[in-house]
Amino acid sequence: MAHSHAQPVGGPLNKKFVTFMVIFLGLWGAVLLYRFIFGIGVVSGLTDYYPWGVWIAFDVVTGTALACGGYAVAILCYIMNKGKYHPLVRPALLTSALGYSMAGLAIVIDVGRWWGVWRIPLGGFPDMGKYNWDSALLEVALCVMAYVGVLWIELGPAFLEKWESTSKNSALVGFAKTGLKFYDKALIWIIALGVLLPTMHQSSLGTLMLLGGQKLHGLWYTPWIPLLYLISCVGMGYAIVVWESSLSSSLFKRDREDTMLISLSGTMVVVISLYLALRFGDLIISGKMPLMFNSGWLSIVFWAEIGLFAVPLFILANKQRRSHFPNMLRASILLMLAGSVYRFNTYITAYQPAPGQTYFPSFLEIFITFGVIALEVSMYYFIVKRYPILGGATADASAE
Amino acid sequence: MGRRDEMLDLLAELPDEGVDRRDFVKVCMMAAAALGLPAATGVKWAEAAEAGLKPSVIWLHFQECTGCTESLLRTSHPGLGTLILDMISLDYHETLFAAAGHQIEAALHDAVARGGYICVVEGAIPTKDDGIYCQIAGRTAMDILQEVGGNAAAVIAIGSCASWGGVPSAEPNPTGAVGAQEILPDTPVINLPGCPSNPYNFLGVVLQFATMGTLPALDDEGRPLFAYGRTIHEHCPRRAHFDAGRFVREFGDEGHDLGYCLFAMGCKGPETYANCSTLHFNEVPDAWPIGIGAPCFGCTTKGVGFTKPLFQEAALPPNYVPPIHAESQRGPITPGWAGVVGLATGAAVGGALMATKKLGEGGTED
Amino acid sequence: MSMDRRTLLKGLAVAGAGAVAPVEASEQYAEAPADAVGMLYDATRCIGCQACVTACKTANNLPGNRYNPPRDLDGYTKNLIRLYEGEGDYSYMKSQCMHCVDPGCANACMIGAYKKREYGIVTWDPDRCIGCRYCQVACPYNIPKFQWDTGVPLMVKCELCNHIIHDPDTGTLREGALPGCCQACPKEAVIFGKYTDLIEDAKQRVADRPEKYWGPDGEPKIFGLTDGGGTQVLYLADMNFENLGLPTLGDEGTAKQARDIQHGIYRGFIAPVALYGVLGAVMWRNSRAQKKEEG
Repeated sequence: MAHSHAQPVGGPLNKKFVTFMVIFLGLWGAVLLYRFIFGIGVVSGLTDYYPWGVWIAFDVVTGTALACGGYAVAILCYIMNKGKYHPLVRPALLTSALGYSMAGLAIVIDVGRWWGVWRIPLGGFPDMGKYNWDSALLEVALCVMAYVGVLWIELGPAFLEKWESTSKNSALVGFAKTGLKFYDKALIWIIALGVLLPTMHQSSLGTLMLLGGQKLHGLWYTPWIPLLYLISCVGMGYAIVVWESSLSSSLFKRDREDTMLISLSGTMVVVISLYLALRFGDLIISGKMPLMFNSGWLSIVFWAEIGLFAVPLFILANKQRRSHFPNMLRASILLMLAGSVYRFNTYITAYQPAPGQTYFPSFLEIFITFGVIALEVSMYYFIVKRYPILGGATADASAE
Repeated sequence: MGRRDEMLDLLAELPDEGVDRRDFVKVCMMAAAALGLPAATGVKWAEAAEAGLKPSVIWLHFQECTGCTESLLRTSHPGLGTLILDMISLDYHETLFAAAGHQIEAALHDAVARGGYICVVEGAIPTKDDGIYCQIAGRTAMDILQEVGGNAAAVIAIGSCASWGGVPSAEPNPTGAVGAQEILPDTPVINLPGCPSNPYNFLGVVLQFATMGTLPALDDEGRPLFAYGRTIHEHCPRRAHFDAGRFVREFGDEGHDLGYCLFAMGCKGPETYANCSTLHFNEVPDAWPIGIGAPCFGCTTKGVGFTKPLFQEAALPPNYVPPIHAESQRGPITPGWAGVVGLATGAAVGGALMATKKLGEGGTED
Repeated sequence: MSMDRRTLLKGLAVAGAGAVAPVEASEQYAEAPADAVGMLYDATRCIGCQACVTACKTANNLPGNRYNPPRDLDGYTKNLIRLYEGEGDYSYMKSQCMHCVDPGCANACMIGAYKKREYGIVTWDPDRCIGCRYCQVACPYNIPKFQWDTGVPLMVKCELCNHIIHDPDTGTLREGALPGCCQACPKEAVIFGKYTDLIEDAKQRVADRPEKYWGPDGEPKIFGLTDGGGTQVLYLADMNFENLGLPTLGDEGTAKQARDIQHGIYRGFIAPVALYGVLGAVMWRNSRAQKKEEG
């Protein structure tokens, strides 16, 4: 496997950033304590009719989809053997690892009887019959937990490289050397897992809402939901890689991999086209076309969602347009927004359990979500500063 | 005058040697039963009375019709005679006393000086123009009540007039009539509203105090929960008709004969807190308004009795039987907050789109 | 070249192992168990006295009573009477868990906290529940409720007074024991019994007085015989069940649909394992090619 030319960003931590984060996360910690002592009702707008709100729809479902950068790039780089994307892999993996870890945190915050969460990975053991194998949520939970582990294992080389080169502790250096050798042999099978697992759970995240049955509006309820979720998540993964790359390059004053990123956009065009084709094809064949127009405000929501997919498709379809980098960035934002809106709609907007019931997140609910994001951003910052994650000043454009 | 003679006649009918002990205990037990209390309580009452523990009672009359006193006459468990001769020491009562003029005022003065008495208030107290609209022996009702009630061991307001103003307080309330509690803000007053108040509720309170030295649990309007804890509607014998939708539509119609619910005739049972539906009057079963086919008009409850029109339909309590579809558990989405979130999201997306221009600069382009 | 035959064989072995995983049977949810018990609620007999509401609270040690009933089922209310008032007609409606034949909540619950247990009663195991609330999404009747106001919340719904009627030592039903609501009902509007007996009772009522009960096309309908796969609590009414808040469901529950899709993809774990094998093989081949290039 090609060795990475990644380097730690190095340098001192930005004082203002650190101070702000300490204060913000301190407040956030206090709010979390409040939530764990007094229950979920005081910090959220969740109800018995809308038991899943922003924490699930955004932090977990959308958050993990946005954290599919690692997944998307791994497919390109290792399955489709486009080695030129290799410098994008490690930063994407870090975003993914953090994104999935934060989704896990969000789940612990969201579930009511969180002290029993250990049962999910271990509760079936040794009597596997205690698991409910019928449940799509079981598959999502086990898969996500496994994937978080795989992601951090995949990032292992970054930590090992740093320890090998800079550690004063000879035992740690020895450990790092052995570790890196292990990775040389086993990386394929770890990465294969890292491609398999998201394929499974990103699609199942869509299947989850099928259990809502009639409560989910016909324009969103379809047996093809797993595939739609999978395709859109791949698109979102590429989009976030574009953004993560650009932001990191700009913030840490590194060269941006424009050529690489622009060629990613070709893939995005394919992905979006597949998504729209499947979405419309399924709706038309199952005779739901009238719903696109006679569902009142949900029709507007539907078309807005489609629009959010169509606009980036339009921007990227033309080779000249997409070569202008700002267009790439705009299309990526819109694509991420489109995928997020699709997920929000499936989980909240198009979910109508009973007449007269509504849901809107409360201030503290949104604050807690921001805290999760802030934690993720902080950890990204610290790790990228200290460990070899980002590609060096010399972009590795030679390999193909 | 005629009323007083009636009282005296009644008293004269009592046997000279008094009631024998067994009968007396029986009477007390029947009184207890009438109030839904165990027989043992009745025995306790009898024992206490025998022990000579007769609490002093000062009974004040103000803006009233004397109906509450009258209703006490219509009791037999215990009868008024037994009550005032054997169980309490009635030290002042304008209707029942043979004395008058300076003599009765002296009796009042002495009783107040002795202290430890129950002050019973019957009738509303006028407050307009310094309360001149009810004066006894040259003193206003306000004055008298402040002195007598202020020094009492307990104050009982019998009847709606004393409890919250009753009939005299009906619009336009020309005399500024109010209930006893308003004149005695610092003294807890036990209110026994009704027009008249059911005498057994009064007896229950007085006898409890006389025998056990305690007062019954009260609600936040000072009414004993045992009598005023439920609405008429919750205890009405005609309730099944209400639930099944069988209503009297006109006095004298077939439904009226069959005893249907009087809700459509303006019965205020759902809004009225009282126990008339289970504790009837005059010791005759069904001798109470609804029982004889007249809709309840809410005489016990302030804001209902003497206030709401007789034939206006009562308001059913809001949570009575909830509708099929519940309202949103958190109320409707507040447009203000939704607007803030929407704008913030829009600003974030817009900002990101605008940042693409700056972010897109630099780097290698084709 | 250590990654060749050995690795390939490894890949195939992993793929093969998955093939022996157990196959789920959807057939077990097609019918109620033979000894199933349930309730029959006849809305035409209900007078809205709400004695069942208080009785349920008492039987389940819940705060409150019918004198100030909540507007909806909630974390402290397992049974509720509501009122539908239309143009010139009205009906009471009892709401509680339907104890479905193929429950959505039991399908959803990944750790088996909600499960259809003995006699077909759907009960909740507090030792397993993590409070993820997927069951609330899965229930077409929106029955399971959550306690939002405490740091130690429970999922709350009617369990047919399982703790009263079911003897945990013998595993059988206690003689003469009834759920609280059925015990209290003065009009026997809601009755408890063996599911098959209740079905017959309902059919008899409908046969005796067909004009008394509503049905979608003139024929009286017993709600719960087939709705959503069937429920062990049956309903009879003299008006459209939708007025009373019951959804119009097909004969197949959403649990079955979701289960079929999930099992269709993951049956025997074959597809994931096979995909893993393919992915590994492709990457291994790519790496071999690259190593050849690098020389």
